[in-house]
Amino acid sequence: MSFLSKTNQPRSWGRYPKVTPAEVQSVFWRSELPNIADFEQPVLPYAYGRSYGDSCLNEGGVSLDVSHLRRFISFDEDEGLLCCEAGVSLAEILELIVPRGWFIPVSPGTRFVYVGGAIANDVHGKNHHKAGTFGCHVTRFELLRSNGERLICSPHENTNLFQATIGGLGLTGVILWAEFRLKPIVNPFIDMERIQFSSLDEFLQISAETDQQYEYTMSWVDILIGGQNLCRGIFMCGNNDQSRSLASKKTGRKLPLTVPFDLPSFVLNSLTVKSFNELFYHSQLSKRVHKVVPYEPFFYPLDSIHEWNRLYGKRGFLQYQFVVPFQDGFGAMREIIGRIRRSGEGSFLTVLKTFGTIRSPGMLSFPRPGITLALDFAYGGQKTLQLLDELDKVVRQSGGAVYPAKDARMSAENFQAFFPRWQEFAQYVDPHFSSSFWRRVSHAQKLVMV
Amino acid sequence: MRILIVGATSAIAHETAKRFAKDGAEFFLVARSPEKLEDTGNDLKVRGAKRIETFLLDVTDLDRHQEMIETAISTLDGLDMVLISHGTLGDQQKCQVSVSETLKEFTTNCTSVISLLTILAGYFEQQKRGCITVVSSVAGDRGRQSNYVYGAAKGALSVFLQGLRNRLSKSGVAVVTVKPGLIDTPMTASVKKGLLAASAQGVGEGIYRAMKNRKEVVYLPWFWRPIMLIVRSIPEPVFKRLSL
Ligand SMILES: Cc1cc2nc3c(=O)[nH]c(=O)nc-3n(C[C@H](O)[C@H](O)[C@H](O)COP(=O)(O)OP(=O)(O)OC[C@H]3O[C@@H](n4cnc5c(N)ncnc54)[C@H](O)[C@@H]3O)c2cc1C
Ligand SMILES: NC(=O)c1ccc[n+]([C@@H]2O[C@H](COP(=O)([O-])OP(=O)(O)OC[C@H]3O[C@@H](n4cnc5c(N)ncnc54)[C@H](OP(=O)(O)O)[C@@H]3O)[C@@H](O)[C@H]2O)c1
Repeated sequence: MSFLSKTNQPRSWGRYPKVTPAEVQSVFWRSELPNIADFEQPVLPYAYGRSYGDSCLNEGGVSLDVSHLRRFISFDEDEGLLCCEAGVSLAEILELIVPRGWFIPVSPGTRFVYVGGAIANDVHGKNHHKAGTFGCHVTRFELLRSNGERLICSPHENTNLFQATIGGLGLTGVILWAEFRLKPIVNPFIDMERIQFSSLDEFLQISAETDQQYEYTMSWVDILIGGQNLCRGIFMCGNNDQSRSLASKKTGRKLPLTVPFDLPSFVLNSLTVKSFNELFYHSQLSKRVHKVVPYEPFFYPLDSIHEWNRLYGKRGFLQYQFVVPFQDGFGAMREIIGRIRRSGEGSFLTVLKTFGTIRSPGMLSFPRPGITLALDFAYGGQKTLQLLDELDKVVRQSGGAVYPAKDARMSAENFQAFFPRWQEFAQYVDPHFSSSFWRRVSHAQKLVMV
Repeated sequence: MRILIVGATSAIAHETAKRFAKDGAEFFLVARSPEKLEDTGNDLKVRGAKRIETFLLDVTDLDRHQEMIETAISTLDGLDMVLISHGTLGDQQKCQVSVSETLKEFTTNCTSVISLLTILAGYFEQQKRGCITVVSSVAGDRGRQSNYVYGAAKGALSVFLQGLRNRLSKSGVAVVTVKPGLIDTPMTASVKKGLLAASAQGVGEGIYRAMKNRKEVVYLPWFWRPIMLIVRSIPEPVFKRLSL
């Protein structure tokens, strides 16, 4: 348990861009809510700051810290229905529900996100092909609007606001609490397989073979190697274990390591990235490995190193996650990987996955059927930004999209092409809310007027 | 485990209570806001509390202390532990120009606690077991111009607790004085936080352990003990000229 409190200055995970709000306001109680219309600057809720870019930042505005809204409200253990305030983290939820035989329905690659953040980015996990996004499991929530209204939103009540708020990037109001369905489990273990693959073709083949059989799938890939094969990597798939009882073994909580300070930027360069990937690929000696492991290392391998983002040094980094449809996926993937290789920018952690067909209620939800790749790039100034702009073009041509939760730079034009329902969504944006991201991606028209 | 918490909606008390809830404790929660009390009680219930009883009380209403404590004892059928955590930071500037403001701060932070402790001490002394824990503050270790009214109230409280500990040790009752430094809670929302600001979670964990281990005086986080040792050892002729 860390004694020191979170710093008051909102930062995003990539620590790029570094912008500051005019003020930070904390919300402590649902019975003592601020009057949002009284703020002179636009408001944006800030949760755990695990978004990479600027979608959780509000330069010059009011950052509304919701991290103190962290109380549970009710837990129906028979039905698996949990209701809690928006600042409760998935980590805290897991700690409560796993020993009682329940699991969160969808989890991103870190458990250090709040329920409000999980809804506002409509996060996806390793089970997208079986369970859709987090928003698919939300039964209702309460939304505070700047006119003081507190609305219960559900698939049956205030439906439009329900759909706009899921994946709504914090722009439609403040989610005060949410209720969502859990998934029953027999024990805290995952029955998993790790399979080496040495081409994108092989990845797709394994993916097709395992999708039916496995609830959770994702791959770590190295795209800098493999020439025409485009990549090589390790495919991980798993199911909740059924073979032992709940109390069979406690999953010990190890103290997480912390990266105590920013490393000098040269530590993560293309050479270290290559050696890391090499090591990772060869750490597995046989083609297929079968294991039963506790859920934490399977879902959250990075959570055991606190603040690993500091490995990138002060300059920060950008994550780039896109999805391209299956139909055109191959051409676009080939093009993107080619461009990255030619640019000489290494990507330290690269994750490959397929999205299934389950539709989210969210208007602006990112996942759609196709192949998704998430890459990290150390921020190297103009040349990094230029590369990502080029990649945007390819993604756009293929009919894909780039994930706002990870973005810090996409253009208004591209955003509007990636999210064709954005104008419908814009009607539900609260007039007192905005973000650095939103001002960038929605501004095209306003600029003309100025 | 049957626990009475006065100031149950305080962030620090709630963080402490969460840990006891996980152990399946029974609670008698006392606070003045019905909404906050309900939010806190529901949270503890989900986290595993076996029983939640609540009581509305403004602690400055000293006449109701006896009634509240009797209700707690009869409802839970006895008490094993007490945690007193209410408090207000007060406005030093306002206190300096207003006797009534100063006395009000004293009532909340000191007199009300002494009143509660006087009644509770008799009960625990007779029962010959149990643990009384009170949240005081490092501010009570030395008076400083920036908040000496609050500091004096906490200081008086700390001395009262020393004496009470001395008295009750014969009866096997533990008295724990908690002295936190700056913590990020609603009480300090408007105070600028430096590097040393602690999280309520860490402090709650510290209080939970101190209560279970029947400690005497705990500084939270621990580094406030050496800091306050130094602060206390600065000679008054020097100290009076510092802007603290
Ligand atoms: C290591 C790592 C792995 C990740 N893996 C995945 C993954 O597998 N899948 C995935 O989808 N994402 C993933 N992410 C991204 C992350 O899940 C999302 O960015 C998530 O939304 C972050 O939540 P947060 O609580 O930190 O919210 P923040 O980043 O603080 O905020 C996110 C958005 O939510 C809004 N918001 C927050 N609280 C509220 C509220 N109460 N009411 C209204 N709006 C609110 C904010 O305004 C902001 O727009 C990963 C991130 C990291 C660091
Ligand atoms: N935060 C710090 O930096 C710090 C440092 C050292 C010591 N402390 C001490 O820690 C304790 C807990 O404070 P906290 O930090 O947890 O802040 P907090 O969350 O603001 O808690 C203070 C609590 O005291 C209650 N209270 C105040 N006056 C009251 C009254 N007349 N009757 C009933 N309840 C009253 C408040 O109730 P309402 O919500 O209804 O107002 C609130 O629940 C206090 O004793 C404080 O002095 C805090």
